[in-house]
Amino acid sequence: MSQQTSVLYDVPGPRQRRITLISSIVAGVVLLVGAYFLIYRPLDRNGQLSMELWGPLVDPSNENFSQVWDRIGLGFKNTLIAAALAIVSSLVIGTLLALLRIQLKSLTRRRFVGMATPLAYLLRGLSALLSAITRVCVEVFRGLPVVITIFFVARGFPEFGLYFDNLWYLVIGLTIYNSVVIGEILRSGMEGLPGGQAEAAAAIGLSPTQTTRMILLPQAFRIMLPALISQLVVVLKDTSLGFIISYEETLNIGKQIIGVLGNPIQVYVVIAVLFIVVNYSLSKLAQYVQRRLARGRKTAATPAQNPPPAALMSQAEGGAGS
Amino acid sequence: MNVLIDKFDVFAGGFWLTLQICILAAIGALILGAIVAVLRISPVPPLRAVGTSYVNVFRNMPLTVVMFFAAFGLPALGSNADFLRIPVIDSLFTRLGTDLPYFRFALIALVLYTAAFVCEALRSGVNAVPAGQAEAARSLGLTFGQNLRHVVLPQSWQASVVPLGSVIIAMIKNSALAGFFGVVGDLSATADQLTGAEGYAFVPVAIGISIGYLIMTVPLGALLDRIEKRQAVAR
Repeated sequence: MSQQTSVLYDVPGPRQRRITLISSIVAGVVLLVGAYFLIYRPLDRNGQLSMELWGPLVDPSNENFSQVWDRIGLGFKNTLIAAALAIVSSLVIGTLLALLRIQLKSLTRRRFVGMATPLAYLLRGLSALLSAITRVCVEVFRGLPVVITIFFVARGFPEFGLYFDNLWYLVIGLTIYNSVVIGEILRSGMEGLPGGQAEAAAAIGLSPTQTTRMILLPQAFRIMLPALISQLVVVLKDTSLGFIISYEETLNIGKQIIGVLGNPIQVYVVIAVLFIVVNYSLSKLAQYVQRRLARGRKTAATPAQNPPPAALMSQAEGGAGS
Repeated sequence: MNVLIDKFDVFAGGFWLTLQICILAAIGALILGAIVAVLRISPVPPLRAVGTSYVNVFRNMPLTVVMFFAAFGLPALGSNADFLRIPVIDSLFTRLGTDLPYFRFALIALVLYTAAFVCEALRSGVNAVPAGQAEAARSLGLTFGQNLRHVVLPQSWQASVVPLGSVIIAMIKNSALAGFFGVVGDLSATADQLTGAEGYAFVPVAIGISIGYLIMTVPLGALLDRIEKRQAVAR
């Protein structure tokens, strides 16, 4: 806060501080009055603040309280299961995808000297083709909305005779999208490393596989850790899309509760608060990790690592629910 | 593959409706996001608190919850979102004026949700301007307004154009959710309708729908990549 203020304003003097204080009070009063007329009054007029609607959610002595919270707990557990499965599998597949794309890229640069000319051309054509195919797949699945991917998985798999639980449709749909995103994050992390790292590894005799596994990948993970954690937030938010394939996650349970008790606003407020608390702590964790990492790099000799492309990062972050 | 040709008008209609949602939501989100960004960088603490809590709430909540709020909460309050029936605009975007409110509800949800990300993109742009720039401008005697107009905003705009673009791409993808909240006839609702009720083969429909979305997202992404590379060279 202090940093962004200092870009635009000088440190306030006594007069400025007085003006700020007065305008704070004025703004506070205006905001409170506005909140009263725009939020409290409409809610109150429609009887949305009555204990009849809130009771089952906040009043432990209410007859429905324990049952409602049991259901919400179940839904939240299902949400967490789906999110955990999705994040683990997309991490694994995303890493493999990043490695595959890096390998294919280096393959397309190889000239295959020492082989028969037609064979060399064939191999070069093949690697170029494979590289193009993976590129197209990445672009397609990154450009499709996650909702649509999940929907396609849930509708399309049965057509080909693949029947799973709804949980697995959701996990597969989420994994397809997020593994592509994570793959791109890691790939740009590896490509952003200083070239000297790979050269030094080659100079001490590591094979290309060893170089990737022992030198490039750990560093890429380290740089990209904050981005990966914010991707976790995205996955957690996207699990709520399970409702379109009627997977029993938090929102779906919420819908069932509303069907019985008829209090949409109250139930959604509670669910929203649950999500906000969990996701906010995760984002704070990401910020903390980022600060730790920035502090950890103390040696002056470490070359500046290229930051990941802003587009990739913010798209991954803004892609929530997409 | 016949369904692609037979039902071309359905696909095209779905594409046009999705595009309408995206255009309207983008305009709304840019305006609201700019307002929230101004709040977040204002010198008055209560306003800053409002901006910050707005961003924290909407960034950490799934869009689905926002959509549910709009689709079930507003009717419970007796609102049909009729204030969005803006006379001239609703003749161009006909869905704004219909009696079924779901298009307007989806629009409200998308705008509220995306505005938080727009605000963060704009703010990161302002933060990217080195403090020395504004300090130098102040020491030259530029007023606050001049400082913003001639020094800070031109530079911050450059830094925020790529993140803003990514937010818009994400919003286009998010708009697919509208089809599952009662907006009849957009691309995702079309996919549901054709493969479900009308029983067409899955694969051609999936291809058609995918093309519809990729037409919007992929070129925009490529454009952003180009802009970002050019900026990286220029710096």
